[in-house]
Amino acid sequence: MAALWKRSKLERGADAAIYVALGVFCLATLFPLYYVFVMSVTPYSEVMRHGGFVLLPRSLTWDAYRMIFESPVVPRALRVTVSITLVGTFLNLLVTTGLAYPLSKKYLPGRSPAIVAIVFTMLFSGGMIPLYLVVNAVGIMNTLWALILPGLVSTFNLLIMKTYFENLPSEVEEAAKIDGCGDIATLTRIVLPLSLPIMATLGLFYGVGHWNAYFNGIMYLNDRSLYPIQVVLRNMIQMPNVSQELQTQNPQALARLPAETVKMATVVVAILPMLAVYPFLQKYFIQGMLLGSVKG
Amino acid sequence: MQTTLMPTRQRSRLRDWSRRTWRYRWLYLLMVPGVCYYLVFHYLPLGGLLIAFQDYNLMKGIWGSPWVGVQHFEAFLTSPDFPRLMKNTLILSVYRIVFGMPADIILALALNEIRVRWYKRVVQTITYGPYFLSWVIVYGLTFAFLAPNAGNVNVWLTDQGHSPIAFFTTEAYFRPMLILTDMWKSTGFGAIIYLAALSTINPEQYEAAVVDGASRWRQLWHVTLPGIREVFVLLLILRIGHILDAGFEQVYIFLNARVYAVGDIIDTWVFRAGIEQLDFSKGVTTGLFKSVIGFVLVWAANRFAKKMNGSGIW
Repeated sequence: MAALWKRSKLERGADAAIYVALGVFCLATLFPLYYVFVMSVTPYSEVMRHGGFVLLPRSLTWDAYRMIFESPVVPRALRVTVSITLVGTFLNLLVTTGLAYPLSKKYLPGRSPAIVAIVFTMLFSGGMIPLYLVVNAVGIMNTLWALILPGLVSTFNLLIMKTYFENLPSEVEEAAKIDGCGDIATLTRIVLPLSLPIMATLGLFYGVGHWNAYFNGIMYLNDRSLYPIQVVLRNMIQMPNVSQELQTQNPQALARLPAETVKMATVVVAILPMLAVYPFLQKYFIQGMLLGSVKG
Repeated sequence: MQTTLMPTRQRSRLRDWSRRTWRYRWLYLLMVPGVCYYLVFHYLPLGGLLIAFQDYNLMKGIWGSPWVGVQHFEAFLTSPDFPRLMKNTLILSVYRIVFGMPADIILALALNEIRVRWYKRVVQTITYGPYFLSWVIVYGLTFAFLAPNAGNVNVWLTDQGHSPIAFFTTEAYFRPMLILTDMWKSTGFGAIIYLAALSTINPEQYEAAVVDGASRWRQLWHVTLPGIREVFVLLLILRIGHILDAGFEQVYIFLNARVYAVGDIIDTWVFRAGIEQLDFSKGVTTGLFKSVIGFVLVWAANRFAKKMNGSGIW
C-alpha cells in the first residue's frame, strides 16, 4: 500500500510539473507580443522614468499610431498588402481548384503523369535566380503581379485539396451527372458547396502567406510606393531614424516620440490582422494539417 | 497483312484518344491556367539553369551568351567562400534539427499527458499562434528585447552597470538568436503533427501495459514513443532533404555584414550575387549545386528510411 501511495504522489508531482511548464511556455509565447504593445503605447516620459522597462504603463498614448497613420508610407503599404491578399487569395483558390478537381478524377487520362510532374517541382527547383529571370522575361517585374503570380499555386495546398475532392462521396456527383449536369456545373453547384471547409482552410493559408510575404517584395520591386507592409516594416526597424523612412510631413511631432515607440506601433499594426483571423484559422487549420499528412 | 493492319490500328487509337479528350474537354479546360503556371514558373526556370554553364548577360539573353562549361562550378568550389557557406549552412540546419525537433516532440508529449481538456486546448491555441507571424514581425519582437540601446535586455544591463551587448552584430550570439526565435515561432506548430500521431495510438496498448505493471515512464518508452517513430522518421527525411536551405527568409532578415562569418548561408550568398550584384551565372551555379544535392539527399534519405522503417515518403 505504501509503495502505491508513494508512486501516485510522485506521479502527481510529475503532472504538476508538466502543467506548470506548459503554463510557463504559454507566458513566454505571449509576453513578447504584450511587451511590444506596451512599448508602443507608453508615453516617453514614463519610459524615461522607469529606465526603459515598463510592464504596466500608468498612462497610455496613441501618438505613435497617429504618427504612422498620418505618414504617407504605412497606409500605402497597408493598402498594397490588403489588395494583394484579397486578389491573390482569390486567384490562388481559383487556379488551385481548377487544377485539383480534374486531378482528383482517377479516370481522367493523363492524370498520373501530371501529378508526377507537379510533385517533382517540390523535390527539384530552378532556385531563386532562374525564377527571377522568368519574372523579368514575363514582363511583370516591378508590378504587383510579381507578388501574386510566382506563387499562384502551392503544390502542398494543391495536394491537400485534391485529397479532399477524392474523399467526397462519388454518388452525389454521379447523381448530378445523371440529372444532366456537365463537369463544370457539377463542380460549381455540387462539389464547391460541399468544399467550404477546405476552401476556408486553404484560403486562410494563402491569405496569411500574402500578408506575411516579404521576399517577393524585395526581389521584384524597385518602386518604393509598391512596397508591402512587411518590407516597409523591416526597413523601419533597421533604420535608426524613422522619420526618413516614414517620409512624414511633421518631423517635429516625430522628434517627441522615441523611434522605438514608432517601430513597435508598426509591428503591432502588422500583427493585428493576424490576431483578428486567428480564431478562424485555428478552427480550420488543424483539420487542414491532418488532411495534408494523408499520404497519396 | 501486317502492313495493312498497323495503320488502321493506329488510326483507331488516335480516334479513341481524341474522343476521350473531347469527352473530358471541360476538365482539361479547367486545368489550363494551373498547367500554364507550372510550365512558366516551375519548368521554364529549369531551362534557366543552363546559364550556369554560360557567361550570362541579360542583354544578350540565353541564346546569345557565350558558353563557358563548368568554369563557374570550379570557381565556386575553389573559392574561399565555399567552405564558409557550407559550414554555416550545415551548422544552422543541424542546430535546427537537434534543438527544434526534440522541442516539438517534448511539447507534444507534455500536451499528451494533460487530462484537463480546456487547459490542453488553451496551451495549444497559444503556442502555435506565432507560427502565423512573419519573420519580419519576429525580427521586430526580437529587436524590442535585444536592440543595441533601447532593447529591454540592454536597458537592464546598463542599469546594472554592465555595458550593453550588440546581440545582432556579435558572432557569438547570432546562431543562438536564430535558433531560439525559430523555436519560439514554430515549436507549437511542430507539435501538432506528433499529437495527431499520438491520437491514433490504440488505448488498449496502454491498458495492456498497465496490466503488465508498466509505470508511466515505461508506458512512455514502450507505447508512446514507438507510436510517433514513423512520423519522426518522415519529418527527419524531409529536414535532411532541405539541409542546405537553413531557413533563408529568417537568416536573410536577421543577417548583417558584421556576422557574415557565422550567418552567411548559401541562399543569402546567392541572393547577393544574383539579385544585388546581378552576376546571374554565379548565382545560378550555386543554386544548381544546392538543388542537385538537395534532390540526392531526399532520394537517399527516403531509400534509407524504407530500408529501416518499411516506409518512406513515396
